[in-house]
Amino acid sequence: MKIPGWKYLVRFGRPGARIVLAGALICSGFAVSGAERPPATADHSKFEALEGPFQNARDVTEACLGCHTEAGEQIRETTHWTWTYEHPETGQTLGKSEVINSFCGMAITNEPRCTSCHVGYGWQDMGQPPPTADNAVDCLVCHDTTGDYWKFPTLAGYPTDKPREWPKGSGIMVQPPDLENIAQNVGASGRANCGSCHFYGGGGDGVKHGDLDSSLVDPPRTLDVHMSPDGLDFACADCHTSWGHQVAGSRYQATAADTLGIDVPGHTDFSRASCQSCHGDSPHPQQKLNDHVDTLACQTCHVPEFARGGVPTKTWWDWSTAGRLDENGGPITEYDEHGHPSYLSEKGNFRHGENVVPTYAWFDGTVKYTLVDERLDVEHPPVAINRVEGSPDDPGSRIWPFKVMEGKQPYDTERETLLATHVFGADDTSLWSNFSWPKALMAGSEMSGMPFSGNYDFIETTMHWPVTHMVPPAEQALDCASCHASNSRLAGLPGIYMPGHNGNRWLDRVGWLLVALTLAGVVLHGLARIVLKGRKSS
Amino acid sequence: MSRVMIYKRFERFWHWFQALLIFSLLFTGFEIHGSYSVLGFGEAARLHTLAAWALIILWLFAIFWHITTGEWRQYIPTKNGLFAVMRYYLIGTFTGEAHPYRKTTRAKHNPLQRLAYLFFKLMITPVIWLSGLLYLFYSDWPATLSGVLALETVALIHTAAAFAMLIFIIAHVYMATMGPKLTSLIKPMVTGYEDLEDSR
Repeated sequence: MKIPGWKYLVRFGRPGARIVLAGALICSGFAVSGAERPPATADHSKFEALEGPFQNARDVTEACLGCHTEAGEQIRETTHWTWTYEHPETGQTLGKSEVINSFCGMAITNEPRCTSCHVGYGWQDMGQPPPTADNAVDCLVCHDTTGDYWKFPTLAGYPTDKPREWPKGSGIMVQPPDLENIAQNVGASGRANCGSCHFYGGGGDGVKHGDLDSSLVDPPRTLDVHMSPDGLDFACADCHTSWGHQVAGSRYQATAADTLGIDVPGHTDFSRASCQSCHGDSPHPQQKLNDHVDTLACQTCHVPEFARGGVPTKTWWDWSTAGRLDENGGPITEYDEHGHPSYLSEKGNFRHGENVVPTYAWFDGTVKYTLVDERLDVEHPPVAINRVEGSPDDPGSRIWPFKVMEGKQPYDTERETLLATHVFGADDTSLWSNFSWPKALMAGSEMSGMPFSGNYDFIETTMHWPVTHMVPPAEQALDCASCHASNSRLAGLPGIYMPGHNGNRWLDRVGWLLVALTLAGVVLHGLARIVLKGRKSS
Repeated sequence: MSRVMIYKRFERFWHWFQALLIFSLLFTGFEIHGSYSVLGFGEAARLHTLAAWALIILWLFAIFWHITTGEWRQYIPTKNGLFAVMRYYLIGTFTGEAHPYRKTTRAKHNPLQRLAYLFFKLMITPVIWLSGLLYLFYSDWPATLSGVLALETVALIHTAAAFAMLIFIIAHVYMATMGPKLTSLIKPMVTGYEDLEDSR
């Protein structure tokens, strides 16, 4: 039997098949492009324990712990749970239960608003340790994949169990979450999980960090090349790797200079929470750029501005003007030219920023706090709520970008310490209900256990927030002249000599003077030659 | 009078290529220094480095040439006739005197030129190169060096040498016009040939 074309098939079939196969492989390579996640080994909708019904969120936790027997204990070991941090370098006890900041002051005087972000349920009184019951751990805030789960802002970590209005007075009703559906759809943490707290620090979207806000849930490549679905579609946890629920990356003790280079599994520190963990420490094709890595953090060039996603961040918060009311005794709201609030009776005056150019400082990773019981240097404001350590002479320091939060906040004029403020609460002492500073400060003193003389005033403060997120594609990084110019971004930073920025004024003056004299001499000599030659010939 | 080859082909290539590179280096260098902004810092720095390497390679060839041909002897300084030449440039050129120096192929530079070029070769150039290489490889300095030398010092020396270079160029270019005609001295540097008086 003769099959038509058999000869050709034999001749070209195998190479042809190879070409087709190679093409298919190349195309499939484009299709996954690193964004795809491996399939899960468990379908949580098939677990009997997760069928429900669940009376409340704690019941879901109990169901989780039925299989994930160690997870609860692991969580209770973490900073996410304890809200305390023993600083290995400074010896300070930090964490949300200890520090005072330049936003709403202290968490300890404002439960259950602040503890609505605790990774547990029912921490009503921060004078006590977090609740100890096994089922008080909140699994869903980190592992919900439906986007339906939301810790209600005033319920000490619980989601609402009935329709509730939020924001207060808005008429918008928040429905209780469908716990059964959420429990059956748990999975790895995504950007929205971490963001549900970390994007809203300081009481609202983007308020606190500047490089963390809701625009990072679904960012364009130009905002964040790693987290963008059009880029690598990273979850926070792809860099902030975890070890038994301990998440890598700390703002109190940052890794300012990761000299370990690329983290090979089984070696180094098991943490990818630094650029170098993936990119190594000589990532540029141009050697001259690599020569900068012993001085600059990657972020200094690669995060040219923060708050670029359309969400403003607070840059100034003056509490001293809070409490001004209208003629009817009602609270006032004023807006700036961009439509951002510039005054609220509850909170005082604000300034907001978008596309903010960072402030730069030498940083070795250690952040030292001015704690609430520390004596201030009131003669020399502003008071640094925190100080970043580091110097040009220290090989472990790099120049880092920071958001510097500025403002005015209350302090005790007799004891010369910062004062914790009781701002939140439907009681007769909170600032936001009563607009009375003496009451709010007295209550803050009682709740925090810090003494208060009764005399207060407001003092200017600053606070440094390292900027590390919102990395755009490399072509949007700073160009050389951003720093190598007279109006440099790094102007005023100690210990640097940069061509184009620095120089010696006297050398330049003398140099150009000599050049000018030479030119003048040459011109005069030449003119004299011309004139005298003309005279000779005549 | 006889027409003789006074500047050999390599010598002319060396001179003019060096001139091009030095002009490029001055232009990009003072941009890097912050005196103006035309190319942008990054591009200026890239071209500056490129031109510097090209000049170094050119000089390696030039040094080899000077040694193998014995032409280095042209730069041995001499006091003989130096003051007569200086006097000519200060006075004689205006009063119509003839240049006191008689050029030969074995002594084609007058005593003042010898001094100026020797200064250029042994002072300005080595200083600008050494400081430039230290500048370029700043990140690779061994600890013993960074302990005693600051980048700022190197940068200031490099800048000072660049000013000296600029001043040399201005004077050099002007004096190249001081022959009997404007182009009398420049033409041999292009063609290589010059009409010399027969030596007696």
